[in-house]
Amino acid sequence: MIDDKFDYLLRLGDNALVLSQRLTEWVGKGPALEEDMALANTALDLIGQARLWLGYAGEVEGLGRTENQLAFLRDAHDFRNLLLVEQPNGGYADTLVRQYFFDSWHHLLLDELTRSADPRIAGIAEKAIKEVTYHLRRSADLVVRLGDGTDESHRRMQAAVDDLWIYTGEMFQPDAVDEVLEAQGVATDVAALREPWLAQVRHTLAEATLTMPSPEAWMQKGGKQGRHGEHLGFLLAEMQFLQRAYPGAQW
Amino acid sequence: MNTVTPVATPSIEQIWSWLAEVEDPEIPAISIVDLGIVRDVQWLGSGDAAECLVTITPTYSGCPATAVIARSVVGALTSRGMSHVRLETRIAPPWTTDWMSEDGRRKLHDYGIAPPLGLAATQSIAPSDIGRGVRPAMQAQPSGLACPQCGSTQVRLTSQFGSTPCKALYVCETCKEPFDYFKCH
Repeated sequence: MIDDKFDYLLRLGDNALVLSQRLTEWVGKGPALEEDMALANTALDLIGQARLWLGYAGEVEGLGRTENQLAFLRDAHDFRNLLLVEQPNGGYADTLVRQYFFDSWHHLLLDELTRSADPRIAGIAEKAIKEVTYHLRRSADLVVRLGDGTDESHRRMQAAVDDLWIYTGEMFQPDAVDEVLEAQGVATDVAALREPWLAQVRHTLAEATLTMPSPEAWMQKGGKQGRHGEHLGFLLAEMQFLQRAYPGAQW
Repeated sequence: MNTVTPVATPSIEQIWSWLAEVEDPEIPAISIVDLGIVRDVQWLGSGDAAECLVTITPTYSGCPATAVIARSVVGALTSRGMSHVRLETRIAPPWTTDWMSEDGRRKLHDYGIAPPLGLAATQSIAPSDIGRGVRPAMQAQPSGLACPQCGSTQVRLTSQFGSTPCKALYVCETCKEPFDYFKCH
């Protein structure tokens, strides 16, 4: 039971942590100063949320591991993030579409978690959703502006949608951990988020003059269970370098 | 030389007034009390064993100022001779700009930052919209938003995120100056 909740909290924390790390890769390289700042601010919100989730995960585990130890001293197979968030930044279109797919799901999930039977989870969700509301407003707006933009921006956005679609199915596939926690009223049924998510994405992509791939397409899965693609290891190698090379180093 | 006569258990009002002098590290024009970061001050126990418990709440989850604020709070009280100070961080209910004082809003404006307009509840995305699949739009310009430099309401959003997550970037079409708007949150 403790293991299930620990695992569930790692999923929430690792999604935020890994996406935050991806977004910080853009810092100093954004296509415009305002975009650079927006990405950095989104990354900052996510790292704050990751700290809250991982801090609580460490308490639940009860072995004295801190948020830092969980972030910097686990290997790829111990990470529980969705495959979507570990995908490389690619071009700006890829980064934005990844962000929109995640934000729109994240917002739905957090909204459900504000009613969790676990008051700590409900409290973190209530704090995080206020931040994620801004993330979603921004990413949805940019998907429309660039999808319905120039021929070139449209082409790039459509390619990003087509490439990343395969990683969206995992967001709605419950497993044993989800089911145990849902039965306790702690977690929510992720499968139930699928219809509202599809409705919103369908609407947004239509407004962006982009074609939505088939919801019935074959989907990748495994991130939530620790089976990751080849990209996560490289991300962790960079993120964890300092603590691996100089164990216990502090500011 | 300024000497402080330590008082074993200063009054709650006195402690609040000391905390009201602690500046926000990122916007020094405004205090942490004006921002609504200090949620509660109380004495636990009595006599020599009495401990002062200060409860603070972070503005945004990732706000890097939170650690500095915690240090400043303890420093502000121990420098007044208080020895037993304990800090507690509470995240629920989540911080909102609705807790910002009128005085704080005026100070922000005088500092060149447009203060938040309206109530935070108006910023959330309506569940009915999500159900209908409607795209969450960028917020409409807060009504009554005016340039803190010249007062003109001819202003335009440049970016939803400014120099910190709590601010958006605007530009005034009249005096052409860019300015920060402290977002309603």
